[in-house]
Amino acid sequence: MKPYLRDFVPKNLEDIPDTTSYEAGYLVTKNAGWRSIRPVIDNTQCVGCLACYLHCPDGVIFKSNGKVEIDYDFCKGCGICKNVCRLGAIRMEAEK
Amino acid sequence: MAVNAKTLNETEFFYGHKACAGCGGSLAVRIALKVLGENSIAVLPAGCMSAVGFNFPQLCFGNNAIISTFAGTASMLTGVAAGLRAQGITDFHAVGFAGDGGTADIGLQALSGAIDRNDDILYICYDNEAYMNTGIQKSSLTPFGAKTTTTPAGKNIRGNLRPKKNMFEIVAAHGISYAATASVGYLNDFMKKVEKASKIKGTKYIHIIAPCPTGWGVKTDETVDIAREVVDCGLWYLAEYENGQYTLNYRPNQFGDVAAYLQKQTRFKHLTEEDIQTIISSRDTKWEFINQNFH
Repeated sequence: MKPYLRDFVPKNLEDIPDTTSYEAGYLVTKNAGWRSIRPVIDNTQCVGCLACYLHCPDGVIFKSNGKVEIDYDFCKGCGICKNVCRLGAIRMEAEK
Repeated sequence: MAVNAKTLNETEFFYGHKACAGCGGSLAVRIALKVLGENSIAVLPAGCMSAVGFNFPQLCFGNNAIISTFAGTASMLTGVAAGLRAQGITDFHAVGFAGDGGTADIGLQALSGAIDRNDDILYICYDNEAYMNTGIQKSSLTPFGAKTTTTPAGKNIRGNLRPKKNMFEIVAAHGISYAATASVGYLNDFMKKVEKASKIKGTKYIHIIAPCPTGWGVKTDETVDIAREVVDCGLWYLAEYENGQYTLNYRPNQFGDVAAYLQKQTRFKHLTEEDIQTIISSRDTKWEFINQNFH
Protein backbone atom coordinates (compact mmCIF):
# COMPACT_ATOMS: atom_id res chain seq x y z
CA MET A 1 0.00 0.00 0.00
CA LYS A 2 1.21 3.48 -0.82
CA PRO A 3 -0.19 6.82 -2.01
CA TYR A 4 -1.75 6.18 -5.43
CA LEU A 5 -3.06 8.05 -8.48
CA ARG A 6 -6.70 9.15 -8.26
CA ASP A 7 -9.15 9.72 -11.06
CA PHE A 8 -10.80 12.72 -9.49
CA VAL A 9 -8.78 15.93 -9.66
CA PRO A 10 -10.26 18.84 -7.68
CA LYS A 11 -10.42 21.81 -10.04
CA ASN A 12 -13.38 23.99 -9.09
CA LEU A 13 -13.79 26.13 -6.02
CA GLU A 14 -16.46 23.81 -4.58
CA ASP A 15 -14.05 20.84 -4.85
CA ILE A 16 -11.59 22.52 -2.54
CA PRO A 17 -12.11 21.72 1.15
CA ASP A 18 -13.26 24.43 3.58
CA THR A 19 -10.61 23.46 6.08
CA THR A 20 -6.89 23.02 5.47
CA SER A 21 -7.09 19.24 5.69
CA TYR A 22 -7.48 16.70 2.92
CA GLU A 23 -7.08 12.97 2.38
CA ALA A 24 -3.52 11.69 2.96
CA GLY A 25 -1.64 10.21 0.02
CA TYR A 26 -3.79 11.76 -2.71
CA LEU A 27 -1.81 11.78 -5.97
CA VAL A 28 -3.05 13.31 -9.22
CA THR A 29 0.11 13.62 -11.36
CA LYS A 30 2.96 11.31 -12.34
CA ASN A 31 6.67 12.14 -12.30
CA ALA A 32 7.65 9.99 -15.27
CA GLY A 33 8.12 13.00 -17.55
CA TRP A 34 11.06 14.22 -15.46
CA ARG A 35 13.20 11.35 -16.68
CA SER A 36 15.65 11.31 -19.59
CA ILE A 37 17.21 7.96 -18.66
CA ARG A 38 15.49 4.95 -17.10
CA PRO A 39 16.85 2.15 -14.92
CA VAL A 40 16.38 -1.36 -16.27
CA ILE A 41 16.86 -4.37 -13.99
CA ASP A 42 18.48 -7.54 -15.29
CA ASN A 43 16.67 -10.21 -13.32
CA THR A 44 19.20 -12.91 -14.20
CA GLN A 45 21.86 -11.00 -12.23
CA CYS A 46 19.65 -9.68 -9.39
CA VAL A 47 19.99 -11.63 -6.15
CA GLY A 48 17.29 -9.68 -4.28
CA CYS A 49 19.66 -7.90 -1.84
CA LEU A 50 17.23 -4.92 -1.85
CA ALA A 51 19.98 -2.26 -1.79
CA CYS A 52 18.19 -0.41 -4.62
CA TYR A 53 14.83 -0.65 -2.85
CA LEU A 54 16.37 0.77 0.32
CA HIS A 55 18.23 3.67 -1.30
CA CYS A 56 15.60 4.93 -3.78
CA PRO A 57 14.66 8.50 -2.71
CA ASP A 58 11.28 8.12 -4.40
CA GLY A 59 10.52 4.62 -3.16
CA VAL A 60 9.60 3.44 -6.66
CA ILE A 61 11.43 0.12 -6.41
CA PHE A 62 9.31 -2.57 -4.81
CA LYS A 63 9.73 -6.23 -3.89
CA SER A 64 8.34 -8.80 -6.29
CA ASN A 65 8.87 -12.59 -6.05
CA GLY A 66 12.21 -12.34 -4.27
CA LYS A 67 13.46 -9.76 -6.79
CA VAL A 68 12.51 -6.13 -7.45
CA GLU A 69 10.46 -4.14 -9.95
CA ILE A 70 10.23 -0.44 -10.75
CA ASP A 71 7.17 1.82 -10.81
CA TYR A 72 8.04 3.84 -13.91
CA ASP A 73 5.15 6.25 -13.30
CA PHE A 74 7.11 7.86 -10.47
CA CYS A 75 10.77 7.07 -11.22
CA LYS A 76 12.77 10.25 -11.92
CA GLY A 77 15.78 8.43 -13.35
CA CYS A 78 18.32 9.69 -10.78
CA GLY A 79 20.44 6.55 -11.11
CA ILE A 80 21.14 5.93 -7.41
CA CYS A 81 19.84 2.36 -7.81
CA LYS A 82 22.44 1.68 -10.50
CA ASN A 83 25.22 3.01 -8.25
CA VAL A 84 24.26 1.03 -5.15
CA CYS A 85 23.82 -2.26 -7.05
CA ARG A 86 26.97 -4.24 -6.31
CA LEU A 87 26.18 -6.85 -8.95
CA GLY A 88 25.76 -4.38 -11.78
CA ALA A 89 22.27 -5.73 -12.42
CA ILE A 90 20.81 -2.28 -13.15
CA ARG A 91 21.69 -0.27 -16.25
CA MET A 92 20.45 3.13 -17.35
CA GLU A 93 18.89 3.38 -20.81
CA ALA A 94 17.99 6.53 -22.71
CA GLU A 95 14.27 7.31 -22.86
CA LYS A 96 13.01 7.28 -26.42
CA MET B 1 17.20 -7.68 15.60
CA ALA B 2 17.50 -4.25 14.14
CA VAL B 3 15.29 -3.34 11.22
CA ASN B 4 16.91 -3.80 7.77
CA ALA B 5 15.90 -3.73 4.09
CA LYS B 6 14.27 -7.16 4.36
CA THR B 7 12.25 -6.51 7.51
CA LEU B 8 11.37 -2.87 6.76
CA ASN B 9 7.69 -1.94 6.45
CA GLU B 10 6.81 -2.32 2.75
CA THR B 11 4.31 0.54 2.78
CA GLU B 12 5.55 3.78 1.23
CA PHE B 13 4.55 6.86 3.23
CA PHE B 14 6.30 9.47 1.10
CA TYR B 15 5.51 8.84 -2.53
CA GLY B 16 5.05 10.78 -5.75
CA HIS B 17 6.73 13.84 -4.25
CA LYS B 18 8.27 16.57 -6.39
CA ALA B 19 11.79 16.58 -4.92
CA CYS B 20 14.68 16.87 -7.37
CA ALA B 21 15.98 13.57 -8.74
CA GLY B 22 18.47 12.05 -6.30
CA CYS B 23 17.30 14.11 -3.30
CA GLY B 24 18.95 13.00 -0.04
CA GLY B 25 16.37 14.70 2.18
CA SER B 26 13.46 12.80 0.67
CA LEU B 27 15.36 9.54 1.16
CA ALA B 28 15.82 10.35 4.87
CA VAL B 29 12.11 11.19 5.29
CA ARG B 30 10.99 8.10 3.39
CA ILE B 31 13.17 5.71 5.41
CA ALA B 32 12.31 7.30 8.78
CA LEU B 33 8.56 7.01 8.09
CA LYS B 34 8.94 3.39 6.98
CA VAL B 35 10.61 2.62 10.31
CA LEU B 36 8.06 4.57 12.38
CA GLY B 37 4.97 3.27 10.56
CA GLU B 38 1.52 4.65 9.86
CA ASN B 39 0.89 5.86 13.39
CA SER B 40 3.41 8.62 12.96
CA ILE B 41 2.26 12.21 12.67
CA ALA B 42 4.76 14.20 10.64
CA VAL B 43 5.30 17.92 11.19
CA LEU B 44 7.16 19.81 8.46
CA PRO B 45 8.10 23.49 8.54
CA ALA B 46 8.74 25.59 5.45
CA GLY B 47 11.51 23.86 3.58
CA CYS B 48 12.18 21.42 0.80
CA MET B 49 10.18 18.51 2.18
CA SER B 50 6.99 20.50 2.74
CA ALA B 51 7.39 22.23 -0.63
CA VAL B 52 7.71 18.93 -2.47
CA GLY B 53 5.23 16.96 -0.37
CA PHE B 54 2.17 19.20 -0.23
CA ASN B 55 1.20 20.59 -3.64
CA PHE B 56 -2.58 20.45 -3.39
CA PRO B 57 -4.13 18.27 -4.72
CA GLN B 58 -0.89 16.25 -4.92
CA LEU B 59 -0.49 15.13 -1.28
CA CYS B 60 2.46 12.79 -0.97
CA PHE B 61 2.36 11.73 2.67
CA GLY B 62 0.50 8.49 3.27
CA ASN B 63 0.32 9.16 7.02
CA ASN B 64 -0.96 12.21 8.88
CA ALA B 65 1.24 15.18 8.08
CA ILE B 66 1.01 18.90 8.69
CA ILE B 67 2.97 22.02 7.78
CA SER B 68 4.14 24.16 10.70
CA THR B 69 5.50 27.68 10.82
CA PHE B 70 9.18 27.89 9.96
CA ALA B 71 10.22 28.49 13.57
CA GLY B 72 7.66 26.20 15.17
CA THR B 73 8.41 22.59 14.21
CA ALA B 74 9.21 21.52 17.75
CA SER B 75 6.39 23.50 19.38
CA MET B 76 3.86 22.04 16.95
CA LEU B 77 5.19 18.57 17.77
CA THR B 78 4.58 19.36 21.44
CA GLY B 79 1.01 20.31 20.56
CA VAL B 80 0.44 17.20 18.45
CA ALA B 81 1.69 14.96 21.27
CA ALA B 82 -0.39 16.79 23.89
CA GLY B 83 -3.53 16.70 21.71
CA LEU B 84 -3.28 12.97 21.09
CA ARG B 85 -2.55 12.29 24.75
CA ALA B 86 -5.65 14.28 25.73
CA GLN B 87 -7.72 12.02 23.45
CA GLY B 88 -6.32 8.97 25.18
CA ILE B 89 -4.24 7.91 22.17
CA THR B 90 -0.90 6.44 23.22
CA ASP B 91 0.28 4.50 20.17
CA PHE B 92 1.78 7.24 18.02
CA HIS B 93 5.04 8.92 17.06
CA ALA B 94 5.12 12.69 16.76
CA VAL B 95 7.96 13.21 14.31
CA GLY B 96 9.32 16.43 12.83
CA PHE B 97 11.39 16.78 9.67
CA ALA B 98 13.12 20.12 9.44
CA GLY B 99 16.02 21.18 7.26
CA ASP B 100 19.26 22.65 8.50
CA GLY B 101 17.97 26.22 8.36
CA GLY B 102 14.71 25.27 10.07
CA THR B 103 16.69 23.56 12.83
CA ALA B 104 19.92 25.42 13.49
CA ASP B 105 18.79 28.96 12.61
CA ILE B 106 15.07 29.57 12.63
CA GLY B 107 13.72 26.67 14.70
CA LEU B 108 16.44 26.50 17.35
CA GLN B 109 14.53 28.32 20.07
CA ALA B 110 11.44 26.10 19.73
CA LEU B 111 13.60 22.98 19.68
CA SER B 112 15.46 24.11 22.77
CA GLY B 113 12.14 24.71 24.53
CA ALA B 114 10.80 21.27 23.62
CA ILE B 115 13.97 19.58 24.90
CA ASP B 116 13.73 21.62 28.09
CA ARG B 117 10.15 20.35 28.65
CA ASN B 118 11.28 16.84 27.62
CA ASP B 119 8.19 16.43 25.45
CA ASP B 120 7.76 12.98 23.91
CA ILE B 121 8.73 13.87 20.33
CA LEU B 122 11.23 12.84 17.69
CA TYR B 123 12.93 15.67 15.80
CA ILE B 124 14.83 14.75 12.66
CA CYS B 125 17.03 17.36 11.01
CA TYR B 126 17.83 16.52 7.38
CA ASP B 127 20.96 18.56 6.84
CA ASN B 128 21.69 19.51 3.22
CA GLU B 129 23.97 22.30 4.41
CA ALA B 130 22.14 25.39 3.05
CA TYR B 131 18.66 26.80 2.39
CA MET B 132 18.23 24.70 -0.73
CA ASN B 133 14.50 25.23 -1.26
CA THR B 134 14.85 28.99 -1.74
CA GLY B 135 17.86 28.72 -4.03
CA ILE B 136 20.92 27.85 -1.94
CA GLN B 137 21.53 30.49 0.73
CA LYS B 138 23.98 29.95 3.59
CA SER B 139 22.61 28.52 6.84
CA SER B 140 24.57 28.09 10.06
CA LEU B 141 25.10 24.44 9.08
CA THR B 142 26.85 25.35 5.82
CA PRO B 143 30.46 24.15 6.11
CA PHE B 144 33.55 26.33 5.78
CA GLY B 145 34.41 27.22 2.19
CA ALA B 146 31.11 26.26 0.60
CA LYS B 147 29.84 28.53 -2.15
CA THR B 148 26.22 29.62 -1.81
CA THR B 149 24.34 32.57 -3.31
CA THR B 150 24.91 34.56 -0.09
CA THR B 151 28.53 33.42 0.34
CA PRO B 152 29.84 33.64 -3.22
CA ALA B 153 33.36 32.65 -4.18
CA GLY B 154 35.37 35.65 -5.31
CA LYS B 155 38.97 36.77 -5.48
CA ASN B 156 39.32 37.80 -1.84
CA ILE B 157 36.71 35.75 -0.04
CA ARG B 158 36.25 32.15 -1.10
CA GLY B 159 32.82 30.98 -0.03
CA ASN B 160 31.55 30.60 3.52
CA LEU B 161 33.90 31.98 6.17
CA ARG B 162 32.38 30.26 9.20
CA PRO B 163 32.52 26.62 10.24
CA LYS B 164 29.44 24.43 10.55
CA LYS B 165 27.49 24.95 13.78
CA ASN B 166 27.85 22.00 16.14
CA MET B 167 24.14 21.16 16.35
CA PHE B 168 24.58 17.66 17.77
CA GLU B 169 26.53 18.82 20.80
CA ILE B 170 24.30 21.89 21.28
CA VAL B 171 21.31 19.56 21.55
CA ALA B 172 23.23 17.12 23.76
CA ALA B 173 24.23 19.98 26.08
CA HIS B 174 20.55 20.25 27.06
CA GLY B 175 20.85 16.80 28.65
CA ILE B 176 18.41 15.41 26.03
CA SER B 177 17.04 11.85 26.37
CA TYR B 178 18.56 10.75 23.08
CA ALA B 179 20.48 12.41 20.26
CA ALA B 180 22.28 10.92 17.28
CA THR B 181 24.02 11.81 14.05
CA ALA B 182 23.54 9.84 10.84
CA SER B 183 24.11 9.92 7.09
CA VAL B 184 21.98 8.75 4.15
CA GLY B 185 25.11 6.90 3.05
CA TYR B 186 24.72 4.63 6.09
CA LEU B 187 21.02 3.83 6.10
CA ASN B 188 21.24 0.72 8.31
CA ASP B 189 22.78 2.87 11.04
CA PHE B 190 20.07 5.52 10.52
CA MET B 191 17.23 2.97 10.67
CA LYS B 192 18.67 1.52 13.87
CA LYS B 193 18.77 4.99 15.43
CA VAL B 194 15.21 5.87 14.38
CA GLU B 195 13.95 2.57 15.77
CA LYS B 196 15.84 3.10 19.02
CA ALA B 197 14.55 6.69 19.31
CA SER B 198 10.96 5.53 18.73
CA LYS B 199 11.16 3.39 21.88
CA ILE B 200 12.57 6.09 24.14
CA LYS B 201 10.26 8.42 26.10
CA GLY B 202 11.17 12.08 26.02
CA THR B 203 12.72 14.31 23.38
CA LYS B 204 14.82 12.63 20.71
CA TYR B 205 16.96 14.35 18.09
CA ILE B 206 18.55 12.79 15.00
CA HIS B 207 20.78 14.83 12.70
CA ILE B 208 21.16 13.22 9.29
CA ILE B 209 23.43 14.44 6.49
CA ALA B 210 21.34 14.46 3.32
CA PRO B 211 23.27 15.62 0.24
CA CYS B 212 21.50 17.84 -2.27
CA PRO B 213 22.70 17.24 -5.86
CA THR B 214 21.34 20.65 -6.91
CA GLY B 215 23.06 22.66 -4.18
CA TRP B 216 26.23 20.63 -3.76
CA GLY B 217 26.86 20.30 -7.47
CA VAL B 218 27.12 16.54 -7.72
CA LYS B 219 25.41 14.18 -10.16
CA THR B 220 21.98 12.91 -9.18
CA ASP B 221 23.25 9.33 -8.85
CA GLU B 222 26.06 10.32 -6.45
CA THR B 223 23.93 11.30 -3.43
CA VAL B 224 24.47 8.09 -1.49
CA ASP B 225 28.15 7.79 -2.44
CA ILE B 226 28.98 11.34 -1.38
CA ALA B 227 27.07 10.84 1.90
CA ARG B 228 29.29 7.82 2.58
CA GLU B 229 32.41 9.70 1.58
CA VAL B 230 31.80 12.61 3.96
CA VAL B 231 31.77 10.11 6.85
CA ASP B 232 34.74 8.13 5.55
CA CYS B 233 36.94 11.21 5.19
CA GLY B 234 36.10 12.31 8.74
CA LEU B 235 34.23 15.53 7.96
CA TRP B 236 31.09 13.98 9.49
CA TYR B 237 30.75 11.28 12.12
CA LEU B 238 28.17 8.76 13.27
CA ALA B 239 27.56 9.10 16.99
CA GLU B 240 24.97 8.91 19.74
CA TYR B 241 24.35 10.76 22.98
CA GLU B 242 22.48 8.97 25.76
CA ASN B 243 22.53 9.07 29.57
CA GLY B 244 25.08 11.88 29.51
CA GLN B 245 27.52 9.81 27.43
CA TYR B 246 28.74 10.25 23.87
CA THR B 247 29.26 7.08 21.83
CA LEU B 248 31.03 6.90 18.49
CA ASN B 249 29.31 4.32 16.25
CA TYR B 250 31.77 4.16 13.40
CA ARG B 251 35.47 4.88 13.17
CA PRO B 252 37.03 4.86 9.69
CA ASN B 253 40.25 2.79 9.73
CA GLN B 254 41.94 5.45 7.69
CA PHE B 255 40.42 8.76 6.67
CA GLY B 256 39.47 9.09 3.01
CA ASP B 257 40.88 11.84 0.81
CA VAL B 258 39.38 15.18 1.87
CA ALA B 259 40.60 16.99 -1.25
CA ALA B 260 38.98 14.38 -3.50
CA TYR B 261 35.70 14.68 -1.57
CA LEU B 262 35.71 18.49 -1.87
CA GLN B 263 36.73 18.68 -5.52
CA LYS B 264 33.86 16.45 -6.59
CA GLN B 265 31.41 19.19 -5.64
CA THR B 266 31.03 22.44 -7.56
CA ARG B 267 30.34 24.31 -4.30
CA PHE B 268 33.97 23.64 -3.26
CA LYS B 269 35.64 23.89 -6.70
CA HIS B 270 37.19 27.30 -5.96
CA LEU B 271 39.04 26.22 -2.79
CA THR B 272 42.81 26.67 -2.73
CA GLU B 273 45.32 24.20 -1.29
CA GLU B 274 45.50 26.41 1.81
CA ASP B 275 41.71 26.27 2.29
CA ILE B 276 41.78 22.48 2.04
CA GLN B 277 44.55 22.37 4.69
CA THR B 278 42.34 24.56 6.95
CA ILE B 279 39.49 22.06 6.53
CA ILE B 280 41.79 19.10 7.24
CA SER B 281 43.24 20.68 10.38
CA SER B 282 39.77 21.55 11.72
CA ARG B 283 38.76 17.95 11.09
CA ASP B 284 41.79 16.75 13.07
CA THR B 285 40.92 19.08 15.96
CA LYS B 286 37.36 17.71 15.94
CA TRP B 287 38.60 14.13 16.01
CA GLU B 288 40.95 14.90 18.90
CA PHE B 289 37.88 16.03 20.81
CA ILE B 290 35.96 12.92 19.71
CA ASN B 291 38.80 10.62 20.78
CA GLN B 292 38.94 12.25 24.19
CA ASN B 293 35.24 12.53 24.94
CA PHE B 294 33.37 9.87 22.94
CA HIS B 295 33.36 6.20 23.91
